[in-house]
Amino acid sequence: MIQSVSTNRRYIIIAIFLSVGIIYLARFFYIQVIDDSYIKSAQHNFLRPVTQFPSRGLVYDRKGKLLVYNEPVYDLMVTPKLIKGMDTAEFCALIGIAREEFDKKLRLAKKYSRDLPSPFEKQLSKETYGTLMEKLDDFPGFFVQPRTLRRYNDRTAAHLLGDIGEVDSATVKDSKYYRDGDYIGKSGIELTYEPELRGKRGSKLMMVDVHGRLMGSFENGKYDTLAEGGENLTTSIDAGLQSYGEELMQNKIGGIVAIEPSTGEILAMVSSPSYDPNLLVGRLRAQNYGKLLTTDNNPLYNRALLSSYPPGSTFKIIMSLVAQQEGVLFPETRYPCAMGYPPGGGKPACEAHPSPCDLAMAITYSCNSYFCYVFKSVLDKKGFNSFEESFTSWRKHILSFGLGRKLGVDLPTELGIGVPTIEHYDKVFGEGHWKSSTILSLAIGQGEMGVSPLKMANVMATVANRGYYYIPHVVKAIGDKQFQFEKYTTKNYTDVESKYFDIVIVGMEDVVQSGTAAASKVSGIDICGKTGTAQNPSGKSHSVFVGFAPKDNPKIAIAVVVEHAGWGAEWAAPIASLMIEKYLTGTITRPEIEKRIKNGVILPVPKVAVNNER
Amino acid sequence: MRDNKGILQNIDWITTSLYFLLITMGWICIYAADYNEEHSKVFDFTQNHGKQLMWIGGSLIIALIFLILDGKFYSAFAYIVYGITIVLLIAVLLVGRKVKGSVSWFEIGSFKLQPAEFAKFATTLVLAKYLSNMNIKLNDTKTKLVVFTILFVPIILIILQNATGSALVYLSFVFVLYREGLSGNYLLLGFIAIVIFILALLVDKLTLIIIFASIIFIVFLLARKNKRNILSLLGIFAICSGMVLSVDYVFNHVLHEYQRGRINVLLGKEQNIKGSGWNVHQSMIAIGDGGFFGKGFLKGSQTTFDFVPKQSTDFIFCTVGEEFGFVGVFVVISLFLFLLVRIIQLAERQRSSFSRIYGYGVASILFFHVMINIGMTIGLAPVIGIPLPFFTYGGSSLLAFTMMLFVFIRLDAHRLQILG
Repeated sequence: MIQSVSTNRRYIIIAIFLSVGIIYLARFFYIQVIDDSYIKSAQHNFLRPVTQFPSRGLVYDRKGKLLVYNEPVYDLMVTPKLIKGMDTAEFCALIGIAREEFDKKLRLAKKYSRDLPSPFEKQLSKETYGTLMEKLDDFPGFFVQPRTLRRYNDRTAAHLLGDIGEVDSATVKDSKYYRDGDYIGKSGIELTYEPELRGKRGSKLMMVDVHGRLMGSFENGKYDTLAEGGENLTTSIDAGLQSYGEELMQNKIGGIVAIEPSTGEILAMVSSPSYDPNLLVGRLRAQNYGKLLTTDNNPLYNRALLSSYPPGSTFKIIMSLVAQQEGVLFPETRYPCAMGYPPGGGKPACEAHPSPCDLAMAITYSCNSYFCYVFKSVLDKKGFNSFEESFTSWRKHILSFGLGRKLGVDLPTELGIGVPTIEHYDKVFGEGHWKSSTILSLAIGQGEMGVSPLKMANVMATVANRGYYYIPHVVKAIGDKQFQFEKYTTKNYTDVESKYFDIVIVGMEDVVQSGTAAASKVSGIDICGKTGTAQNPSGKSHSVFVGFAPKDNPKIAIAVVVEHAGWGAEWAAPIASLMIEKYLTGTITRPEIEKRIKNGVILPVPKVAVNNER
Repeated sequence: MRDNKGILQNIDWITTSLYFLLITMGWICIYAADYNEEHSKVFDFTQNHGKQLMWIGGSLIIALIFLILDGKFYSAFAYIVYGITIVLLIAVLLVGRKVKGSVSWFEIGSFKLQPAEFAKFATTLVLAKYLSNMNIKLNDTKTKLVVFTILFVPIILIILQNATGSALVYLSFVFVLYREGLSGNYLLLGFIAIVIFILALLVDKLTLIIIFASIIFIVFLLARKNKRNILSLLGIFAICSGMVLSVDYVFNHVLHEYQRGRINVLLGKEQNIKGSGWNVHQSMIAIGDGGFFGKGFLKGSQTTFDFVPKQSTDFIFCTVGEEFGFVGVFVVISLFLFLLVRIIQLAERQRSSFSRIYGYGVASILFFHVMINIGMTIGLAPVIGIPLPFFTYGGSSLLAFTMMLFVFIRLDAHRLQILG
């Protein structure tokens, strides 16, 4: 009996051993075969995706000259969780920061994520990078990530090229692509062509050990995605013309825009004062940006696109066209002029010139009185039910030239206003209390009228094309593909028929041949233009010139504004003529004029000139 | 009388082969766990795998010596071995070196020895010796007291070394005692005590006591004819309730902080992945990462990149799990189970009760180690840091387990010389 009890007990003990074994095997089977969350955790443990930054697209000018490229820099990254027993003092000394700054940066990194790497110190200097790489193994949790910085070859076209900066948190929140610390276009074509320039981030799976040290590529890069570089952009800018324009505008305030009429491509876009685009790059970006913000005459402001200047006499071109279209003005229409309107020293006043003028002559001599008559004839034309109706019709014609609204240029911002509305005058004068004579200053491009150099240049392109324009744009080609957006290859017709342009062009030709801008005549080039002397409330008149050349088959349309420089003929017209000559022939035949312009200093108050040096 | 020449024919080759298989696998795992390319040579004695190779060599020599010694020797010298061990356990408290909080190591040069590992062997010998006396009856109170003393002297000394895990191993002798006639109620009571301890930590105490009361009442209704039952039922109820109420005290005042943490992690009350739970969490990740077939030798990402803590000692089984997958786990666990069953089979065929009791002792201790060590890698047992026999890196435990096993193999080979 005892024997059988012991036998039973033997089996009970064996049964206990075996059941524990079986329970364990079942558990192992569950962990290893059924539940795959452990495999994921394992990968999370030892795989670290390392971002492969795409190289941002390069930017060329229309002749293939490199304008913007990338320069390699190194960011120090940190994964807070992996930091272990490090010599903080040595580390701080190594990268040259104070202990408090170290703590602050680490706190920020922890706030972002304890498990994910975030930038600790950006753009290490080459020396710091060198010494740090030797000792990086002593600082688990830290690693260096290569990245590139934008560099601008010539220091030109800062406003147009724009800059890149760190993406803000709101964008990160809304976007599926951007992550903290990414760079994004902030202005210029860097902003408008961000998706093309950016490229696509890649990812490389690296193996790390428990201390976060990189142990090599996972499975020979089987799961890696390569970064796709951004597309290169070929701009329509002529870099030579652009820097020449900037040179001419040095120590002056204002803007130049030059457009190829047959395509709408912007050849040059100068806003003065300007700055070196390389200032807004890298770790000094914020600091330099702050400096530029407080520099005199606000060099960050893109006057070529945003400034609202009274067009002055250049507006007479549009008035001539609109009035002809309305059937109230003919080439042979003559109006008398006696030093002003109404005759006899009225306001607006007028200069001494042969009188009475026909249309071409009125343009050539820029007769204010003539255009006051023209303006009244348009607005007081019979056949409209009310003055509001005729004003609205007039306004619509003006808008068809691209004034008073955004043109749609491929840059982030542009002037969108500038042609007053009925509501505006009703508010100022009271409904029914204003008429054509009340707003007569519009006739000569003064009053509430406001245009940017871009709009003026576009009007000139329209005149050059005898009635239509292409939306001005700065990019010619993306990657290898020719730029094919319908938006920029569609002709935009004005309300004025082509046949009305010829007489105006005749008048404009005479402006440069024998009229107000005769001093800016360039032999061998048939320039058509119009000067403007734009009165403004803030000081001396702006010197304005608009034009195109040559008269037949025009290659360049241009607008120049020099703030507070006085007569259009004195500064703006010679600058435009130099630009045109430079672009069409590549040489300058009138060095004495070039010298005068370059040396000219027209700044509102004698302040320190804006220094483009870095 | 058969002569000793036949000893190699008489030893149980199944057990011996299992031993060789297990130490080979163990060594492979140590090699993989500490692998780095600069030290990939097998005989690199600066590395754990190289050192372990020396320990394996030493163990094999000891095994051979133990096989050559007369089978009667062990029984005769049991008390002396036990006595020496107790002296060593006391000595280590006085001159031992503190390693990670426990004072359980003698250090002689670069050579370290842990007497607690050998104490299991000595205790098994003495227990077998004592219980194999002709006149012993395990149900006598005096016998129980002596057995209790034999076990608790080393237990107390080991607890004093702050190596509670090693002390808990002695609980495994309950299997030996059960086999030798101790009432099965002790096994059952032990089991119930564990269940109550766990329940008391997880469930509200009042609820638990009410549940006990209801169970007792139902049992009472079913068996109310016998008055004696009522008293014992009330007694059981009182003990259970008392346990429930004292669990908190024991848990909060007797156990150390780290022990509380481990228990909380085991019960899933604490998801402390950084602290107490980290080891087990990483261990389970590594094992889970192995999948069915494993990642392959030296290809385990978690073990290679040091995510698993103590991977050549306490968590050596993770290497099996990750690099050889469920297949490897199945093979190793099966080999251990096979070894345990084989030892019990052999024990049962002994003519001398000394050999039988000793065999059960070996099986019980091996079982406890395997159960706890493997269990803790998958979160089924508390992390008490006891080695996996034949696998875990370290000389003391390998030598001790080898001695223990080969004494039994020697006793088994000797069995035919003993008159039944």
